[in-house]
Amino acid sequence: MPSEIAPPPSDLGSGLLLRARGLHKSFGDNHVLRGVDLDIAPGSVHALIGPSGSGKTTVLRSLNGLESPEAGTLEIGELAIDFSSSRTRAERAALHRASAMVFQQHQLFPHLSVLGNVTIGPLRVQRRSRDEVMTDALALLERVGLREKADAFPSSLSGGQQQRVGIVRALALAPSMLLFDEPTSSLDPELVGEVLAVMTELAQEGWTMAVVTHELGFAREVADQVSFFDEGVVVERGAPERVFGDPQKERTKRFLQRLRGPFGH
Amino acid sequence: MNWQLILDSVGPIALGALTGTIPLTLASFALGLLIAIGMALMRISGSAVLSGIARVYISIIRGTPMLVQLFVIFYGMPQIGIILDPWPSAIIALSLNVGGYAAEIIRAAILSIPKGQWEAGAMIGMSRGQTLVRIVLPQAARVSVPPLSNTFISLVKDTSLTSVILVTELFRIAQRIAAPSGEFLTVYLVAAAVYWVICFVLALGQDSIERRLDRYAV
Repeated sequence: MPSEIAPPPSDLGSGLLLRARGLHKSFGDNHVLRGVDLDIAPGSVHALIGPSGSGKTTVLRSLNGLESPEAGTLEIGELAIDFSSSRTRAERAALHRASAMVFQQHQLFPHLSVLGNVTIGPLRVQRRSRDEVMTDALALLERVGLREKADAFPSSLSGGQQQRVGIVRALALAPSMLLFDEPTSSLDPELVGEVLAVMTELAQEGWTMAVVTHELGFAREVADQVSFFDEGVVVERGAPERVFGDPQKERTKRFLQRLRGPFGH
Repeated sequence: MNWQLILDSVGPIALGALTGTIPLTLASFALGLLIAIGMALMRISGSAVLSGIARVYISIIRGTPMLVQLFVIFYGMPQIGIILDPWPSAIIALSLNVGGYAAEIIRAAILSIPKGQWEAGAMIGMSRGQTLVRIVLPQAARVSVPPLSNTFISLVKDTSLTSVILVTELFRIAQRIAAPSGEFLTVYLVAAAVYWVICFVLALGQDSIERRLDRYAV
């Protein structure tokens, strides 16, 4: 498929596309991030797993600037942010531009067609040429099998189709990396596969991805690195074979045990 | 019933609707909606001062009779040197009223749009202003069509109050026809019928706007 949008080759010179250090964040009395570090190499897939409330989603949202940690630093590509000082408008914009997010509840714009959802960012924010944006958008929709739904409204799509449009909307922004916030958690079980299939393809294509997920099968098969979160810190990290096959920390073992369930498979 | 009088009066009264009531309603509603959007944004701005100003405005408009507001503007203001013709006075009073009532409708509609829509706008790189205009307000418009239609239909009827400040609209023309003839019942029933026809047509219009905006709803 002749799409112009492909994963960008870019790193920090240190072999990393993203480096976060010492992220701290509180909501009122609730100290949700207690010093989180995260390294992501270009072209790699990083899975963030852990119980709900462990801080993994807050970290992911911080990477796109949807949350503002009170302390810590973040480098994505060329951009360097120190969270302990307040951000300028330009820094906020640069942070949004560096990555693109796929939300748990897709958050498509219900008053716009599928094509409108995919093109509004490139057209109205990035101000790219209309012809180019349309060609790219239709090619991306074709890739996820939704070319014929271009003029449909999101409410007429299935949950899996909506989420695939959410992925295309993120790709159309031509970001340097993709963020996925539990992209399959709100889907009926029979629709999970089609979304994971698209994500797997993107990973194979070389996109840099950070994925908050409860799909341990996906994390094991597709991720290059796994970070296990609990109570606002990364308890354990490493290659999925290591974290899943031979967890070192008691908390990781307990979590994996619980997810595997009482029938243990 | 005086059938001849009905036939003779319906023309001038309908003309009063076309040249008085309807343009007065349209102008006041358009201006009022702008005021309302401004007030709604001030209310949700997060600034205590702006929000306070909007609160006081809304409270005064909703807490005083429109008839009194019309009298203050048309008969009261000349005492401090502000002399306005009937039409400008009427448009000012009516649009300030619409502004006060519609502000709360629009505020509620904006607040009813999920926070995730603002976040999705930010994620694709939009400023808050862009997200408001391109993402939130179009969705809020759908939510606010039914209550704003009520405001609009009330406004059509409220324009009859401006007859007391000498605006030549539907009801003032009816009064002029009724007084010399002595046929108050007949003429005022004709006036009532013309108001009803206008409001009936507006209700049909509301249905069609809602259907148009519904194409994306579940």
